[in-house]
Amino acid sequence: MYDLSLPWWAYALMGAGLVVFIGMIAVSVRRNHGVKRSLFASPYTLWMIIFTVLPCILVAYYAFTDANGAFTLENFLNFWDSNHTKNQLYASMGEAAAAYITRGTVNVDTLVYSLWMAFLCTMICLLLGYPAALFMADRRMKIGPTIVILFIIPMWMNFLLRTIAWMSILEDQGLINQLLHFLGFDGVKLMYNSGAVLLGMVYNFLPFMVFPVYTSLSKLDPKLGEAAQDLGCNEWKTFTRVTAPLSLPGVISGITMVFMPSVTTFFIPRILGGGNTMMFGDLIESKFLTEGNWNVGSALSMIMMVLILISLGILRKFDPEGEGGGIA
Amino acid sequence: MKKLVAILLVLLMAVPVCASAQEVVNVYNWEDYIDESVLDLFEQETGIHVNYMNFTTNEDMMVKVETSPGAFDIVFPSEYMVERMLAKDLLAEINYDNVPNAVQTLPNLLNPSYDPNNAHSVPYMWGTVGILYNTKMVDEPVDSWGILWDEKYTDNVFMLDSIRDSMGITLKYLGYSMNTHDIIALEEAKAKLIEQKKSGVVKAYQVDETKDKMVANEAALAVVWSGDAQYAIDLNEDLAYAIPKEGSNVWVDCMVIPKTAKNKENAEKFIDFLCRPDIAQLNCEAIWYSSPNAGAIELMGEAYTSNTTMNPSEEALAGLEYFNDIEGAFLELYNTLWLEVKNAK
Repeated sequence: MYDLSLPWWAYALMGAGLVVFIGMIAVSVRRNHGVKRSLFASPYTLWMIIFTVLPCILVAYYAFTDANGAFTLENFLNFWDSNHTKNQLYASMGEAAAAYITRGTVNVDTLVYSLWMAFLCTMICLLLGYPAALFMADRRMKIGPTIVILFIIPMWMNFLLRTIAWMSILEDQGLINQLLHFLGFDGVKLMYNSGAVLLGMVYNFLPFMVFPVYTSLSKLDPKLGEAAQDLGCNEWKTFTRVTAPLSLPGVISGITMVFMPSVTTFFIPRILGGGNTMMFGDLIESKFLTEGNWNVGSALSMIMMVLILISLGILRKFDPEGEGGGIA
Repeated sequence: MKKLVAILLVLLMAVPVCASAQEVVNVYNWEDYIDESVLDLFEQETGIHVNYMNFTTNEDMMVKVETSPGAFDIVFPSEYMVERMLAKDLLAEINYDNVPNAVQTLPNLLNPSYDPNNAHSVPYMWGTVGILYNTKMVDEPVDSWGILWDEKYTDNVFMLDSIRDSMGITLKYLGYSMNTHDIIALEEAKAKLIEQKKSGVVKAYQVDETKDKMVANEAALAVVWSGDAQYAIDLNEDLAYAIPKEGSNVWVDCMVIPKTAKNKENAEKFIDFLCRPDIAQLNCEAIWYSSPNAGAIELMGEAYTSNTTMNPSEEALAGLEYFNDIEGAFLELYNTLWLEVKNAK
């Protein structure tokens, strides 16, 4: 039943790609009189070119062109003034229409809101995730490995499914409210607001904070802690002077891994927020899928990418060696 | 070098070649939008094999029809998309000599504005936009769009996250046409929608989730398509559907033949088959949208005619309007206005 048929040119393209690839290997083998080690990385390089470099170039191309493919900066003006095109139309329609010309703040507002939500999400994940990672890494705690498994198992389920499941917990006739009614309390409104969106984000991204921190904590030599205590540190001082500074690379990596998907979140605001508030990811999605405006959509994506690059650069200052997994 | 040529040849042979002597018809329809047994019946009766393919949005379908000429003999666009496809000259004229059952089409759906004289399209299913409400939570009669602005129902209204529909009903409420190009009317509608959002009446803007949420008693009122309303009413007897007196939108999903179709006569035979009353009845009873087929409605009898969701009164029908296709600057204007509504806090 699965229709995998592709148009003829797709097969031709794949065939040509394969021929070029085999050709490259053949040439390289002949030149080096044998197989060179770096050759084994070439499928990866090819993959990166096709699925990372090329799409980035395409995004940049669409961001700087209009619908006819001519160079333009209008798309970025559109970011600053989301009414840009509308205002141009109104300006051409006489005085009555001109009265409605205002700067549209939709894109900027949504970006600020997304950054704020991502910041909150990252902070909450850090506050919840760090103690969890401490428990998991502590060799005296027998329950540690169990917690690790409990964090991993939900990740086997699809993230959409897990997010939709939250609806039946939070909604007015959902589990929590039914329990409250049963106990004789009034119901509370939990769904369709920013709080529900934040909950969904923290729930989905918490493992990305816990695991890097856990990894860097479990790599710590327990002898360091013992030495600190031998030299007169109490538990708290051991933590603040030894454990915490040495786990910093894991924290930095966790912050990066939570902040990046948070700031580009989409779908969660639509499901748990009921579409009442948009995040930047939703905005980009609607530009591409609902409006079919790839040019403005690409410009918004580029702005997002630049912002992420800047924040990565700042984080890198704290972890120059890239010890926390080399992500920052 | 020889090896390379050999590999290339093998790859070329791998390109599938479709060739078959059997008569075929390539049908491209919405997901879940037919009684599948109808396809077998058609094959049994005519010996024509049906290649049945699905799409999920009009826009997807349009892209496919444009980029794969000859791949489809029949497609099922909505009325505004028929208009757009006609403007792009993508549709063939239907030879009604091969579609005798087309006479079954209801007179109020004939000769529509989107396709004069139905020269290129035959209605397949139709429906309306209206208010689905929970009779346990709403005591008053629901007969005006105004109820969606009533602060009695704070945090109790689901709106459609769909630009044309939400703008359209607001324009109707304010007394304008759904197809107005008067920007002052459009700005007024936007302000009205922002007012509604800021007043806290709206619980959520959604599309597919609404019907199940209404079944679960999550809200008192919701803007829905009649097909979704019927689905929800079947599952929860407290729900009812109304088309407000200010008028609303009527949509029609049509059967059309692309100009590039390779099996036009088979396509006409298939359209004729779907217009046969007993077949139209099978399809209507499988998907529960309104049927445009007088013969099928007669066969279904009381069960259909007494159902006001699927079979609206003459009075309600009088206030209904088709969407005209919008494009270019106006389409962008609509998108911008809607984002302003979504962004209002």
